[in-house]
Amino acid sequence: MSRRIWLVLLVLLAPMALAAIDTYDFETEEQRKRFYAISSELRCPKCQNQNIADSDAPIATDLRREVHRMLGEGRSNREIVDFMVERYGEFVRYKPALTPATMVLWFAPAAMLLGGFVFLLVLLRRRQRALRASATQHLSKDEQQRLQSLLEREEDA
Amino acid sequence: MRRSWMLIPLVLFVLLLALFMKTLNDKKTQQDLAIDPSALPSALIGKPVPDFALPSLDEPGRIISQDDFKGQVALINVWATWCPTCRAEHSFFNKLAEQGVVIHGVNYKDNSEAARRWLDELGNPYQLNVEDPQGSLGVNLGVYGAPETFLVDTAGVIHYKYIGAVDDRVWNDELGPRYQALLDRAGQEAQP
Repeated sequence: MSRRIWLVLLVLLAPMALAAIDTYDFETEEQRKRFYAISSELRCPKCQNQNIADSDAPIATDLRREVHRMLGEGRSNREIVDFMVERYGEFVRYKPALTPATMVLWFAPAAMLLGGFVFLLVLLRRRQRALRASATQHLSKDEQQRLQSLLEREEDA
Repeated sequence: MRRSWMLIPLVLFVLLLALFMKTLNDKKTQQDLAIDPSALPSALIGKPVPDFALPSLDEPGRIISQDDFKGQVALINVWATWCPTCRAEHSFFNKLAEQGVVIHGVNYKDNSEAARRWLDELGNPYQLNVEDPQGSLGVNLGVYGAPETFLVDTAGVIHYKYIGAVDDRVWNDELGPRYQALLDRAGQEAQP
């Protein structure tokens, strides 16, 4: 029984081993939060599918150290990200900057969604109009007259 | 008639697919997008070597700065003893140095003792060798591994960066012609 509990515990604890561990001191809690925010937004140039917060590559360690240093110097998030982009290129941003070249990237999903809704709306409107029109139109003139007289007789009775 | 409207998403999808296939198969875009994951374009091309002041690896007491790289067209090779590819390219750099190519070294995140021993054993193609134990110059150069080789002009401006081992093919196809072009330009500027 206790073995089973151990197993469960180990499985639960395993994900914690994935994040890289450094010991950095921060002056404020806010700085610590910013450190994690920035380093999870920067892409590691060596291991390209990880951010520098998760990566254990030596270069990721160096870049985390730089982020920590600049936070200590009181630099803004933007300055820190710009520092990295100047050295490693736009590539290091997991969140690309809004430039004419990245417009499509930022706005295409919303535009497509909007376009989809407009398309759907137009389609539904048309169908409704067609339905309303066809509700009576599919009867011939004689049939419509007969329907009318049937309805009137109903009312009389 | 209305049915044909329903085909629009499908047509768009097929068009996108065609665009992606074309892009994936296009040689030039492959280079631009750096689909080869080991090769990122350097953000520093056209910019000067960043400011630094670090000790020399083989001249005790000497501090090297970015200004020491100025004055000649040169290769700056980022190397380390922990890097097997650096060992592979080392003999080629020896050969280049014999031919008169100016090569400087940045000993990147290394043990200086081991680095000096390596130069004694394998030969020293470097004119200047900067000791960068913390990788601070490396970060400023946008280095993310070793070996990386930069090409700088006489004003210390970076013109090209090659990631990986330099060998005959790389020299003949990529670095050599650019090096020669910079030399020619420097010669023309010096003459009048």
